[in-house]
Amino acid sequence: MRVGVVTFPGSLDDRDAARAVRLAGAEPVSLWHADRAPLMVDAVILPGGFSYGDYLRAGAIARFSPVMEQVAAAARAGVPVLGICNGFQVLCEAHLLPGALIRNRHLHFRNRDQWIRIESTRTAWTGEFQAGQEVLIPIKSGEGCYVADEATLDELEATGRVVARYVGGNPNGSARDIAAISNETGNVVGIMPHPEHAVEALTGPSTDGLAFFTSLVKHLAGAPA
Amino acid sequence: MTTSTQGDVVDTVEHAEATPEVTQPYAELGLLEDEYVRIREILGRRPTRSELAMYAIMWSEHCSYKSSRMHLRQFAQKAPPSDRLLAGMGENAGVVRVSDDLAVTFKIESHNHPSFIEPYQGAATGVGGIVRDILAMGARPVAVMDSLRFGAPEDPDTARVVTGVVAGIGGYGNCLGLPNIGGEVAFDPSYQGNPLVNALCLGVMPIRQMQRKAVTGPGNIILLLGARTGRDGIGGVSVLASATFTEEAEERRPSVQVGDPFTGKLLIEACQEMYAADLVVAVQDLGGAGLTCALSETAAAGGTGMDVRLEKVPLREPSMAPHEILASESQERMLLVVAPQHLERVKKIADKWGVPATSIGVVTDTGRLVVTWHGQRVADVPPASLADEGPVYARPMREPADLVLLRADRAETLPRPRDGAALRAQVLRVVSSPDLCDRTWVTEQYDRYVMGNTVLAQPENAGVVRLDETTGLSVALSVDGNGRYCRLDPYTGAQLALAEAYRNVAVTGATPVAVTNCLNFGSPEDPGVMWQFAEAVRGLADGCEALGVPVTGGNVSFYNSTGTAAINPTPVVGVLGILQDAARRVPMGLRENGDVLILLGETREELSGSQWAWVVHGHLGGTPPEVDLAAERRLADLIARANQVGHLRSTHDLSEGGLAQALAEACLRYGSGAVIAVPDEFRDDPAVLLFSESSARVLVSVPRGREVAFVGLCNEMGVPWTPLGVVTGPDTPLEVADLFQIPLDELRRSWSATLPRLFGSGPAPEGPADGDGGDGGDGEHGTDSGDRDGADTAGAAGTGRDSADSGAGAADAAASASSPATGGSASRSGASGAKRRKRRRPRGRKG
Repeated sequence: MRVGVVTFPGSLDDRDAARAVRLAGAEPVSLWHADRAPLMVDAVILPGGFSYGDYLRAGAIARFSPVMEQVAAAARAGVPVLGICNGFQVLCEAHLLPGALIRNRHLHFRNRDQWIRIESTRTAWTGEFQAGQEVLIPIKSGEGCYVADEATLDELEATGRVVARYVGGNPNGSARDIAAISNETGNVVGIMPHPEHAVEALTGPSTDGLAFFTSLVKHLAGAPA
Repeated sequence: MTTSTQGDVVDTVEHAEATPEVTQPYAELGLLEDEYVRIREILGRRPTRSELAMYAIMWSEHCSYKSSRMHLRQFAQKAPPSDRLLAGMGENAGVVRVSDDLAVTFKIESHNHPSFIEPYQGAATGVGGIVRDILAMGARPVAVMDSLRFGAPEDPDTARVVTGVVAGIGGYGNCLGLPNIGGEVAFDPSYQGNPLVNALCLGVMPIRQMQRKAVTGPGNIILLLGARTGRDGIGGVSVLASATFTEEAEERRPSVQVGDPFTGKLLIEACQEMYAADLVVAVQDLGGAGLTCALSETAAAGGTGMDVRLEKVPLREPSMAPHEILASESQERMLLVVAPQHLERVKKIADKWGVPATSIGVVTDTGRLVVTWHGQRVADVPPASLADEGPVYARPMREPADLVLLRADRAETLPRPRDGAALRAQVLRVVSSPDLCDRTWVTEQYDRYVMGNTVLAQPENAGVVRLDETTGLSVALSVDGNGRYCRLDPYTGAQLALAEAYRNVAVTGATPVAVTNCLNFGSPEDPGVMWQFAEAVRGLADGCEALGVPVTGGNVSFYNSTGTAAINPTPVVGVLGILQDAARRVPMGLRENGDVLILLGETREELSGSQWAWVVHGHLGGTPPEVDLAAERRLADLIARANQVGHLRSTHDLSEGGLAQALAEACLRYGSGAVIAVPDEFRDDPAVLLFSESSARVLVSVPRGREVAFVGLCNEMGVPWTPLGVVTGPDTPLEVADLFQIPLDELRRSWSATLPRLFGSGPAPEGPADGDGGDGGDGEHGTDSGDRDGADTAGAAGTGRDSADSGAGAADAAASASSPATGGSASRSGASGAKRRKRRRPRGRKG
């Protein structure tokens, strides 16, 4: 089971995402932003960081990188894709997910241990959770405020595509406390907090984040070949 | 002005030889007449314009350590033997072996003056600079810390500096992908016109990957890697770091460098690949004094010469003159020396990471650093004359005249309350004071998780970073300083800073092994300041010898004053320790109901220089607490042994704020209360128990059933102990029996509110509140990892959320409901920032 982790120039949490994949029992595979070759992986993670220095807009340049052509094709073909933080921003810029992530309302970078409630377990990345389960995962971002027009938000709600919501205080002003969303088919998920930083008791505030990755492993194991 | 050195004509060596009579602006560049005469002697002619610029910056205080060098020698002379030290002072940073194949390198450096003029960029490039020092040793940077000191918290200019510095450190470090694992924040009017921004970086490397700066091998190629060179930061070290501020400081803003962390990140990755492939002969970062420093230091270290073609340097501004290119402090640049046969591979790696790599010259065996500009020789100097043979001064020293009176004015004579209500009120005041309150407002702006190896971070005793996932091998780091103690007694104050950092590392379970320091002082030309400096260095060197931990490197920052008022002398000390297995680290927070609380060490009537004296009485005077380094060693040994056998549930160092502060922090960490009984000897004077800052003390919680064995060990190892009380678990207050109790939610509210109240929780939301409560949660701060309720105490006024499982749903509502309160706080901060630009002179010291 091979899970690709993309490294853009300025990616920071790529090693962490690879570690989480490994701890979940899958094989992490490093993908380079400039490669155009077919991915040869079963799933893709776009990690956190400041790809291309977040110049122009977070994720705005990364979406045009060569590897994203393959990622977009894979996503449309149903391959599970998880965008974490900056990866979420890239997915929105690439129109693989609706809406956008803008500067936190309070304008500060914010790193804290954040409670989120899992609202949908029907994605490739959340099957191991219970609906309504509250989990503790770090958030660390300056541009984590999710926005979309009202119609899009209503549609996300109505179709069960709000994957997770902030509880215990909204850290960035996101619309409707949204922390994570998915595409229509649930294979593409973008999440602002960092599940890969909550996979070991020694270094995380919890190990709640690991279930995102074990969910994937289970999803892939159950998926038709 | 004479024409030939000021006009457009390039001042060549030949021209200099032909025009010995030309008057040169050496004084404007910060050189004394004697120094200028020596330069002429070294060269046997007058220097060219470029050479003059090179000597001026390399012989500046910042680069040459001309006032401090004779004192700093003690660090080497008194260094205890260590078989772990692979590189010491003189290299970019000290290197310490931590296992058979791994080494770490760490160093702390100041960026004080730029951070006052332009706080965001000043602090950001401070982080960038120290990170490149670590990178130049061959290491991968893996963590940063910062030690910050600002002016009086209520001064309107302080908010400008605090918000800018914190955002700058976060902005650079976060984008570079380095976890910020701790540090300190302190306030004192003496820093009003001169904040201290000291940044520490930790790096790790395979020992075989260690790099040096000594250039060897004639014919090898000199490469400039990274950003283009611009006019920013020209004269930074000589103009900013080596002179006292005057009213023209605003005009010096162009001297502050501008950082680009994205390029910095690419530079790190490119260098890692080159090091791993063993492609690099020598490497040096470009920091203060830019290309001049990097060229002359690497050539001098290797005893080689260099031919450098300056026109090859990629420029941001094509109109730059040779002397400007040589002096520029543009950020994110590294100097590499590579063998010709490796050039292709090096360029390929640079290309992969999108970092320009440009050949600018070759190594020669002439022993001369020769710089040409389109074929014209603009400099031809012996590199060691720049790098190593600068002037050295034995500056006059004299104990400040006011010190006798200041020391006689002892805080122990101030009135102390004895009744519970008054003590309770003072505990809340001290704990919530700007120096001791919750640091979340600062640390929330830093990424502490990136890299996934942060085992402990602020607010823990020390930062702990895992180096090896398989074995759990980790290092612990703490930085500490106390300018008020040093004002009263710089020798003792420096040792207290060392002792505190040593203790902070030891209480995590780590073994302290090495020291770095950043020495922040006023003008060395003031004999009083020079005396403070000499005393502090002597104290630190003696202290390191007594504790058995060598100094591996550091930094001196002089001229920290505005006008004639020097800052409090502030040596900041970083101690590094090794923890063999991260799983054995000891956290600071009380956790288990029924655990036994024991105070280790002796509590004496020591209140001079204390936070209690400052906060309650506005007093600074007397002599600081006594230092007992032998006791510190015994304490560290005890903690190590007790931890090995599982006697310790938590440990927390006692320092500023004494026992009151340590108890409050230990309780708030996981939201667990405690009850303590006042020991008989303090019955009549409980304020001493609560507020004394006696050193060599630690608060420990011991699992019930192990206390007898633990105190037996204390007796065996000669560490005094006092039984204090028990941990009472969630939903219980902090109680001092027969005197007072404080519910933890009240304590937390008070402790957490201070920094947001002073510096705001961020600008007001754009437009009218849209009712989603989205921004409501932002005002206040929760606690830290592991604290179930910690996520947000916004609007906590009504929720009292200290219990371990208070409903998050309720907090949701609280977040929405808190909008008016947050709005109020936000509008406060709206007035901060840009408008508050007026500079203030330091005000008279309290007390």
